[in-house]
Amino acid sequence: MATYAVEAVDLVKTYPAGRKNPPLRALDGLTVSVGEGVVLGLLGPNGAGKSTTVKILTTLSRADSGSALVAGYDVNRSPDRVRRSIGYVPQKSSSDPMATGLENLVLSGRIFGLSRQESLQRARELLDRFGLTEHGDRPVKTYSGGMQRKLDVALGLVHRPKVLFLDEPTTGLDPEARADLWNEVVRLSGQEGLTVLLTTHYLEEADRLAGQLAIVDHGRIVAEGTPEALKASLRGDSVHVELVDPDTDGTVRALLGQLPGIGEIVVEGNTLRARVDRGATAVPAVLGALEDKAIPVVAVTVSRPSLDDVYLQHTGRSFRVAEEAA
Amino acid sequence: MIAHTGLVFGRWMRASYRQPALIAFTLVQPAIWLLLFGQLFQGVVRLPGFGDSSYIAFLTPGIVMMTALMTSGWSGTSFVQDMERGVMDRMLASPVSRGGLMAGQLLSNATTTLIQTILVFAIGIAAGARYDGGIFGYLVTIVASMLVGTAFGSLSNAVALLTRQQEALIGISQFVSLPLTFMSSIMIDPTVAPHWVNVAARFNPVDWATIAARQSLAAAPDWSSVSRHCLYLLAFTLIVGWLSTRAFRTYQRSV
Ligand SMILES: Nc1ncnc2c1ncn2[C@@H]1O[C@H](COP(=O)(O)OP(=O)(O)O)[C@@H](O)[C@H]1O
Ligand SMILES: [Mg+2]
Repeated sequence: MATYAVEAVDLVKTYPAGRKNPPLRALDGLTVSVGEGVVLGLLGPNGAGKSTTVKILTTLSRADSGSALVAGYDVNRSPDRVRRSIGYVPQKSSSDPMATGLENLVLSGRIFGLSRQESLQRARELLDRFGLTEHGDRPVKTYSGGMQRKLDVALGLVHRPKVLFLDEPTTGLDPEARADLWNEVVRLSGQEGLTVLLTTHYLEEADRLAGQLAIVDHGRIVAEGTPEALKASLRGDSVHVELVDPDTDGTVRALLGQLPGIGEIVVEGNTLRARVDRGATAVPAVLGALEDKAIPVVAVTVSRPSLDDVYLQHTGRSFRVAEEAA
Repeated sequence: MIAHTGLVFGRWMRASYRQPALIAFTLVQPAIWLLLFGQLFQGVVRLPGFGDSSYIAFLTPGIVMMTALMTSGWSGTSFVQDMERGVMDRMLASPVSRGGLMAGQLLSNATTTLIQTILVFAIGIAAGARYDGGIFGYLVTIVASMLVGTAFGSLSNAVALLTRQQEALIGISQFVSLPLTFMSSIMIDPTVAPHWVNVAARFNPVDWATIAARQSLAAAPDWSSVSRHCLYLLAFTLIVGWLSTRAFRTYQRSV
């Protein structure tokens, strides 16, 4: 029956924004579904509404309107069943710093109804799996950021959930710890038909981990599909032009806009990025036009569309600009 | 709920015995109050009707209640810490019983109160306080102090869930606990206090506890007064306990 592990329809969530301001619309009719056993990446800049979506799906928060089924249960009508079926790793670290890693895991297991023995066994198993065995008896406050995050994920797995929610699992980690955790998530997703919904604002992470992507902007999903399909949906190539001086008055933009086979152009400081039909013909044309006007150039590069281009296509902003604005 | 209460209680007890500095502070503070106020008022206050008893004997049950009140005002800081991390959110998205989440923390808070009460009595007695009431008097005092701790601990937890800020919590709890301490018979006998203080004290749960404790420790306790005040206190504790458990919902609506 339930081929979807998560089915959310038209979620709206507003937060009061002080007396004078109108309420802030964090989710504005968000609809998303995740197939069983799939890793879905919810990708978007800060403030897009990713955490809000996760909080509603995990029953922590409640939508103003819309509906959501998680593991086949309605989040409003059967929150307790949903809670028993999911693991939730919040954006902020969710372990008790005064307790040891082992104690954290055992307590979590027991809250989900495991016996003391089962809980202890499961806790040891998870410590081992996340390479934390030798730190299991140390208070969490002595852990590094990467170790804490691994423990957070382990805490979400104690009771063998059907659906795991990871809210920005690697934000703030150094590259090594991030790669470590990525490997862990990849391993997880291959096992036991676990469905994973992870949020991220790293394009690279989404590309690496998610089999399905949903791009969120201003509280809505603006594009969905596999990373490959999303990239393939963009015709042509992407050209990046790096100038010596910023194009403050828009002359370069106007100049390139006139060339044949050039799509939308986005300016960010010293760089211009354009969608082109064919990189091989566009580059000489671009270089020629710039040389004619004696505009100094640092570099011109061509690339296959990236997720950043997908993002640009659907939101009208490049990911980096959206991030900085947030 | 009972199983979850036990689990949550265990968590907070482990956390507190890992903070020896905090334990020391919670024990030294009431000792200082008792000795300081004892010295301060001893010579100044000539209590009519206190002929053969000492001021320290009068003061000790009062300091017990004051300590229970003041310490419990901090109770909510543990919730604030959980909210600053993702612990509270993870818990609330789990099947944990909300009642258990509240009760377990309050039980660990009440355990602190219990230890403080015993310590204050030990110091009071060492300083010369004597009571005719016997073991039952001590028991009533201990139960009353734990009820004060639980009632004001759950208020503090509720304020924590509503404000989510350490500063706001401490501000509010001090704003409430100072008047409750002074508009009561904790330090001065009602017969020498201004009339309006006595009126205010009638509505003060800390004063109910103080009266119940003093009465039950006296040579000839007025048991009807003891049970009436204990009943008020119990009802108050249950009501605020229930209300504060509702505060989880308010918190969940705001995240
Ligand atoms: N508890 C809250 N109270 C008020 N506003 C909030 C709250 N949580 C989130 N918001 C606002 O809702 C919007 C979406 O936030 P969020 O879902 O956390 O974004 P993301 O996780 O994608 O960075 C933001 O504008 C944020 O400021
Ligand atoms: Mg977020």
